[in-house]
Amino acid sequence: MATVDLKDVRKVYAGNVEAVKGVSIDIADGALCVLVGPSGCGKSTLLRMVAGLETITGGTVSIDGKVVNEIGPAERDIAMVFQNYALYPHMKVYDNMAYGLRNRGTPKDEIDRRVREAAETLELAHLLDRRPRELSGGQRQRVAMGRAIVRKPKVFLFDEPLSNLDAKLRGQMRVEIKNLQRSLGVTSVYVTHDQLEAMTLADTLVVMNAGVVEQAGAPLDIYEKPASTFVASFIGAPPMNMIPAGGDGHPEALAGAQTLGFRPEDARISTPAGEGGLTLAAVVEAVEPVGAESFLYCAAEGQHLVVRVAGRSGANIGDKLTVTTPREKLHWFDKAGRRVSA
Amino acid sequence: MIGLSRRRGVIAHIVLIIGMLVVAFPIYYTFVASTHSLQTILRPPLPLLPGPEIFNNYYEALFGGIGRIGGVNVWTLLFNTTVMALSIAVGKIIISILSAYAIVFFRFPFRMTFFWLIFITLMLPVEVRIMPTYAVMVNLGLIDTYTGLTLPLMASATATLLFRQFFLTIPGELIEAARIDGAGPWRFFKDILMPLSRTNIAALFVILFIYGWTQYLWPLLMTNRNDMTTIVIGLKKMISFADADTQWHLVMVTAMLAIIPPILVVLFMQRWFVRGLIETEK
Repeated sequence: MATVDLKDVRKVYAGNVEAVKGVSIDIADGALCVLVGPSGCGKSTLLRMVAGLETITGGTVSIDGKVVNEIGPAERDIAMVFQNYALYPHMKVYDNMAYGLRNRGTPKDEIDRRVREAAETLELAHLLDRRPRELSGGQRQRVAMGRAIVRKPKVFLFDEPLSNLDAKLRGQMRVEIKNLQRSLGVTSVYVTHDQLEAMTLADTLVVMNAGVVEQAGAPLDIYEKPASTFVASFIGAPPMNMIPAGGDGHPEALAGAQTLGFRPEDARISTPAGEGGLTLAAVVEAVEPVGAESFLYCAAEGQHLVVRVAGRSGANIGDKLTVTTPREKLHWFDKAGRRVSA
Repeated sequence: MIGLSRRRGVIAHIVLIIGMLVVAFPIYYTFVASTHSLQTILRPPLPLLPGPEIFNNYYEALFGGIGRIGGVNVWTLLFNTTVMALSIAVGKIIISILSAYAIVFFRFPFRMTFFWLIFITLMLPVEVRIMPTYAVMVNLGLIDTYTGLTLPLMASATATLLFRQFFLTIPGELIEAARIDGAGPWRFFKDILMPLSRTNIAALFVILFIYGWTQYLWPLLMTNRNDMTTIVIGLKKMISFADADTQWHLVMVTAMLAIIPPILVVLFMQRWFVRGLIETEK
């Protein structure tokens, strides 16, 4: 059990490319922290610095209160699950899981006990004699997990571990990872570019963009109060609608606010907006029924909007609608894209 | 080759069979000659079928008089050649896998310079640098030794390059996983790199063994004593200028004997050899 603390961590690659520009995050003991952001935002680099696979240009990384900047990956007492699983192709499943323990000189019967225990937990017991290439993607993923848990490390690191699985399996593994992490109570850092994965897994969600932390906090807090237009459009699918503030039917803007945002599910059709709410005249451009809900893609004031309606929608392409949003569901952002609060 | 029509199959086979005949006939003829008496060989035409002297000839070549090839029997020559071919093959593999390991996985000053130095030697075959190499060996007193016979032929740019290309295809994540699993450089080499290189090593072994076995110029220069020379040189020495003095039937037997070990190596390692050449799965 351990905490992970990053203090002003920076990474500059040769040629002065600054990949991580001063990131500070405190991860509580036993918490699952998800780093999310678009490709190239520095989230993987940050994770690899925690793992010890990248040198740290500036700042400190501490595990369990001890600065580990100069300590090699094997001595940091971490385990990592890679995107492509990185299983040793020539070793059987059993040996894949046992390899790290053998290198540490763990006694043979202890290794055996731990591997079988992990295999039991992950339902891999019948596959211990197979080689990785004889396994399906999901099974390989489990072996990679098994290799991490037999070590009983202080910290788990996940580098986009589900991105090579199909959608159904991904959902299933997501739940399993969450349950496993909770039952083992091991502090974890999880990197993903999938905001749904990020929302559902995280105890602490860290949204990164261009090498800096845009916002960190509980997933629903971030969803409800995004700190910037970037976070607002990155978290949530479909993304938040944004329009320039001050148009017809707009409520009075907050001081300094330039952009007005509202989530697709907060928009209403043909319902009075109420005091201080937003009212827009929109034209339906496309209808996307997905079963339990439908998405209406509309145009209003030269902007494209998405409105979520429950169940089947009677709207057709070309229909004129009145889209409204109550005042308490509106988000305001200033010129720089930062959130403006009342 | 899926969906080949029957006619194309027949044509392909005819071409293959003709090719086979062109390659195999001289070897077959050598075999035929090795089964006849010297008189039959010297009196043309040589029969196309094996003759009655097969057991006599082979017995004489293998167990006959000691002084047959300048005072040395064929076993010594086969032994020398085996030592040479094995040392060259194993030595080349060890040296090149280690140098490729260093060049691919370690960051050290002048890494690329070293790589290019190795690469450049590809353009210099043994024959080009044979005089300076010979001079060095003479000065070191290595004439008529196994060391002198094998050492200069061990460094191999080709094998280094082959291993380098293979190592470059090993995914970075695998290396990182090994680092996190606590595998240091030696363990990584021994536990992960070597097992993954198995098929490449087997394929190289076959090629290099044959390369070592068929060396001609270098053993010709390096050996003065007949008991240190190789079977290929021995064969050459068995043929004297006066045609009538040459024991042609024994020359043919010795040639057959010289072919057998490389064939055995290929046969035994064929499975690995083919896999090493075609395998892409990592």
